[in-house]
Amino acid sequence: MLKYYLQLGLRSLRRNPALTALMVLAIAFGVASSMTTYTVFRAMSGDPIPWKSNQLFFPQIDAWGPEARRGGTEPRASLTYIDAISLMRDHRAQLQSALYPIAPAVHSADPTQKSRTAPGQAVYSEFFSMLDVPFLYGGGWTAADDEQHAGVAVISKGLNQRLFEGANSVGQSIQLDSHSYRVSGVLDDWHPQPKFYDLATTDAFGPADQVFLPFTTATDAQLATKNGFRCTQLPDSGYAAMLASSCVWIGYMVELDAPSQVTAYRSYLDSYAHAQQASGRFAWAPDNRLRDLPAWLDFWEVVPPQTKISFVVALCLLLVCMVNTVGLLLAKFLRRSGEIGVRRALGASRLAIAAQFGVEAGTIGLAGGVLGLLLTWLGVQVMRGSLPRQIAALAHINLLLLWQTLLLAVVATVIAGLYPIWRAMYVRPSLQLKQD
Amino acid sequence: MSINPILSALRRHKTGTVLIALQIALTLAIVCNALFIITTQFEQMGRPTGIDEHDLLMVETTQSGITAGTDADKATLDASIKADLAALRQLPDVMDAYETRSLPLSGGLWGLGIRMMPSGLYGSHTIYFHADEHTLATLGLRLMAGRNFRGDEIGQDDDSGVLQPAVIIVSQHLADNLFPRGDALGKPVYFTSATQPSTIVGIVERMQTSSTYDGTDNRTWDTTLMPMRLVTPTRSYVVRTRPGRLAAATQSVPKALYAQDPQRVIPDGAGGEDDGVRSFAQIRAEAYQGDRTLAMLMGVISIILLAVTGFGIAGLSSFWVGQRRRQIGVRRALGATRRNIVHYFLVENALISVTGVIIGILLTFEFNGWLMGQFELARLSPVYVLIGAVVLLLLSQGAALAPALRAARIAPVEAIRAS
Repeated sequence: MLKYYLQLGLRSLRRNPALTALMVLAIAFGVASSMTTYTVFRAMSGDPIPWKSNQLFFPQIDAWGPEARRGGTEPRASLTYIDAISLMRDHRAQLQSALYPIAPAVHSADPTQKSRTAPGQAVYSEFFSMLDVPFLYGGGWTAADDEQHAGVAVISKGLNQRLFEGANSVGQSIQLDSHSYRVSGVLDDWHPQPKFYDLATTDAFGPADQVFLPFTTATDAQLATKNGFRCTQLPDSGYAAMLASSCVWIGYMVELDAPSQVTAYRSYLDSYAHAQQASGRFAWAPDNRLRDLPAWLDFWEVVPPQTKISFVVALCLLLVCMVNTVGLLLAKFLRRSGEIGVRRALGASRLAIAAQFGVEAGTIGLAGGVLGLLLTWLGVQVMRGSLPRQIAALAHINLLLLWQTLLLAVVATVIAGLYPIWRAMYVRPSLQLKQD
Repeated sequence: MSINPILSALRRHKTGTVLIALQIALTLAIVCNALFIITTQFEQMGRPTGIDEHDLLMVETTQSGITAGTDADKATLDASIKADLAALRQLPDVMDAYETRSLPLSGGLWGLGIRMMPSGLYGSHTIYFHADEHTLATLGLRLMAGRNFRGDEIGQDDDSGVLQPAVIIVSQHLADNLFPRGDALGKPVYFTSATQPSTIVGIVERMQTSSTYDGTDNRTWDTTLMPMRLVTPTRSYVVRTRPGRLAAATQSVPKALYAQDPQRVIPDGAGGEDDGVRSFAQIRAEAYQGDRTLAMLMGVISIILLAVTGFGIAGLSSFWVGQRRRQIGVRRALGATRRNIVHYFLVENALISVTGVIIGILLTFEFNGWLMGQFELARLSPVYVLIGAVVLLLLSQGAALAPALRAARIAPVEAIRAS
């Protein structure tokens, strides 16, 4: 039966090719524009670590007081060195790490290779297990390394490729700035987007980090933060004065696995701030925050308004294309009222009529989907060429997107066909037969 | 011709009428807002930075193996900056050069609060640039009042500690903000945590901040030149090349810098990092890339929308013409001219599209209101709605014209031909 309907549908579609082409094109353009903008939107708004995003939390401590709060209510998102170190020392969460972005220069043993700066992070040992960072060789360093300010490093697969031609480099030494570090581990491909662990100091989308050093070692080497250094009171000159200052520049994240732990950590933060108030360091009541990762991404508005606007407007385009298709399908179906009348008179049920026209609408949808795929591919290529570099890399086509595009096209067309199909179902056979 | 028969005919195919009107309304709402977004973006992108953007090159470099920790480090860094600059200024491609961290639009914001007294609240805020006595000439900034820095006024900044140079040059915009009576020249101000005043010795016409970010507080033009060399390992050299020598300088400048220090890092843009050698045209293009893409996307979507709507109307109209061949034949037989028939279909279309446009205007402002709430967009000017309405009415009439002309060609004999 389906085959017969398909034949009927195809014959009908061939009968007025202009109208058919119009519908297919409308669906294709509507679907392609939506999917093109969606590829970028999805990549930006995606959960970078879905399996534990509700266990990762980002504490904020009000180190600046009511006058300097963002928008009058919000404490700063990054911590002072003093607070970050205190929180690390108290070690109240399951796993935790203070971190800040660094960019040491990497020197190659090969004198013909030019030196490069490598984006990276100064972190604590628990960073790797907290984020389930995948390792190709070796692993992270130990808590003892943190405490001993050990000269160890974790490097990315890409950097390992450049420095050691991809060989297992665990135990080898690398030269960063003027210091030498022992490689404790090489990451497998790891580039979470958005780069959620670094939002307090850096843009959400950027190149993958290539070097990870112990936080304690990095501050020993007086590595400055690469980004996001903010002060109300500028400190005196020098690294030590910077560490002792009220400037905020350190990100902090903790893993808390149970609601009870979250509550406990909240009260710990409050008691910490109370203690600071009691000691006279803070002249205000505690005003802390503890957001989980989804809330944290929301707070940072990692999806830029331009991406959202594009997506919304593209969806509107799809809506107009669907309205367009409703009108054209209606015209097409009702033009064949006579045919419907004959089929109904010969005993076809309403459901059979619905199936016949449903198949026809679905065929248009499928054709629109196939053309839409082509246009989506084209659109994504254009977007890759015209978006800012960091975001362009996010726009790519995968198998899921292919299916989604086809599905969207068929579903959109069938939805647009519902009313025309309903009208076709209720064509009165007697009236049609009488007229002709 | 009376419109009553048209109205009663429209009542016979309500659904088609409603669908066309709805489509016109939605299209108007989207196209007006898209057009508005496009012009807003182009206005943003068209703003001059205040510097002479031709033949300008910026090279970011990192000196390795040193931090600005001690006075000895600072002296080393300062010496290498001076040596770099001397080497650059000697190049045949180069007219002038200076050292800094950022340029207008080059990215990153370094700002300070400003107050009139060494204590109290900070009333203003500025984005600052490191500069020396070569900066005005290199950037082609226009000095409106006062004077340039002198060589002996240039200090050092190791990127930590308080900034309180004795003299500063500010943009006209900042000068007017700080001193609305226009007497900024010679006046002292205090930057964040400063105990020493900084006196305004020069005012430049216009200088944009280093980011395109345009907050509501209108700080885009509040800029200050600090007479300081940035003595940190990572820094940038800004080079004005001789006319037409920009392309040559993108090669010769990094080469000269590597000759000074082969160990230094100049990012080459590989692996997704920023390119270390950028012409100002590149800096501008990168700064506005997101805005340009958005404008382009809005344009493409608008064109697709108008096309889909136009063809959709044409399709439905010709369906209606086909449906009414017999009625048209009857009318022709009863003495209606071809003109009358064309007229009939155009008036019918006009009735539908005017209704659609009226609903569309309401939708347009609704949509704009929603965009304003969600994305900090400005209020839509009625001019766009007017333009959009006219465009859609013309489009709709144009789309109906071909079917109407076809209808006019229907011979009176159709009236008696069996369908």
